[in-house]
Amino acid sequence: MTVTDETTEAALQERFDATLADGRKIEPRDWMPEPYRQTMIRQIAQHAHSEVIGQQPEGNWITRAPTLARKAVLVAKVQDEAGHGLYLYSACETLGISRDELNRRLHEGRQKYSSIFNYPTLTWADVGAIGWLVDGAAITNQVMLTRTSYGPYARAMIRICKEESFHQRQGFEIMHTLATGTDEQRAMAQDALDRWWWPSISMFGPPDAESVHTEQSVAWGIKLETNDQLRQKFVDQTVPQADYLGLRIPDPDLRWNEERGHYDFGAIDWDDFWKVVRGDGPCNRERLEHKRATWEAGAWVREAALAHAAKKSGRDTTTEEAR
Amino acid sequence: MRASEQGWPLWEVFVRADRGLNHVHAGSVHAVDAETALQAARDVYTRRAEGVSIWVVRSTEIVASDPDRRDDWFGDLKPYRHPTFYEIPDAIGHM
Ligand SMILES: [Fe+2]
Ligand SMILES: [Fe+2]
Repeated sequence: MTVTDETTEAALQERFDATLADGRKIEPRDWMPEPYRQTMIRQIAQHAHSEVIGQQPEGNWITRAPTLARKAVLVAKVQDEAGHGLYLYSACETLGISRDELNRRLHEGRQKYSSIFNYPTLTWADVGAIGWLVDGAAITNQVMLTRTSYGPYARAMIRICKEESFHQRQGFEIMHTLATGTDEQRAMAQDALDRWWWPSISMFGPPDAESVHTEQSVAWGIKLETNDQLRQKFVDQTVPQADYLGLRIPDPDLRWNEERGHYDFGAIDWDDFWKVVRGDGPCNRERLEHKRATWEAGAWVREAALAHAAKKSGRDTTTEEAR
Repeated sequence: MRASEQGWPLWEVFVRADRGLNHVHAGSVHAVDAETALQAARDVYTRRAEGVSIWVVRSTEIVASDPDRRDDWFGDLKPYRHPTFYEIPDAIGHM
């Protein structure tokens, strides 16, 4: 449908605004302003890509998990992340963009994924730290997003949040086992916390004062809390957990502020954050190269499946789809 | 364009959580045919045995009403179809 009549467009905008003002959801076939659609595509795609790329750092430890039980849990967790990516691609496609186009934009570096996955997993404790901290931070953000204004995104988030809590708990349990183990194991847990703490609290994005998207996203009901509010929530929840583990959070400025009723914490190194976002983190190139390589290596499977379906249906769907 | 880039068809997935409940829309999957669509739907949407049955429907086969014409479809409220439209004296008790 093309809307050329200005009054019609104004009426549509008014109805869109009223839907948001009432706290109701925007659904795929509703009229929506083009910038809202593009913002939603960008955000859901980036979220989907993060779930998919996020399989790599943890997948790195599947063959070396310390016990069969740990291995089974890790496989189930990584499999969930693949599922999360697929729920989100499915939600994103309702905005009128194809799966192939989303893959292409990721592979060509035109859409991003969360920078957290550009750090390496050097020891088994990193698998614990990721579940505890990275999934923990993701959950804080995702719980908010279950109430986001775009219906398919909100529903995907509800499904995802139900599955996430096991991710964080298995990570915490790994950390607990190491933290109550030998001196060497405790040192390994502490080292993982030291390396993952700052990247984890950076996951919420730049401070509100510098965030280009926050204000508009709040106005559109996409975000219901700001980056700084979510970060504070995560820090407040996590500090007591670190205390319980007997591990030290690597921030000399971290202390309870009685007056605010929150933990104060030190300044994040945003230069490092932006360096990783721009592509110069420790694993950026490796992650994207691996993703592209698996996509290429899987091409014959996709082609064979199409050929098989065409043969079975007795017609050439290959040429039909190509038109 | 490579053959594999032509995109597998899109299927909408509906999951029945338990006997006696409706199939509810869960999301979508890409698959070349009905059989593999069902398998993909099981792997993607029921990793924790969330269902007792799955439907998959080619997305292009779904015919939907136009949400921009909601009033034409659903605007006719007819409040007298609801029991609360009628006043019943307290004296006669629950009805
Ligand atoms: Fe996830
Ligand atoms: Fe997760």
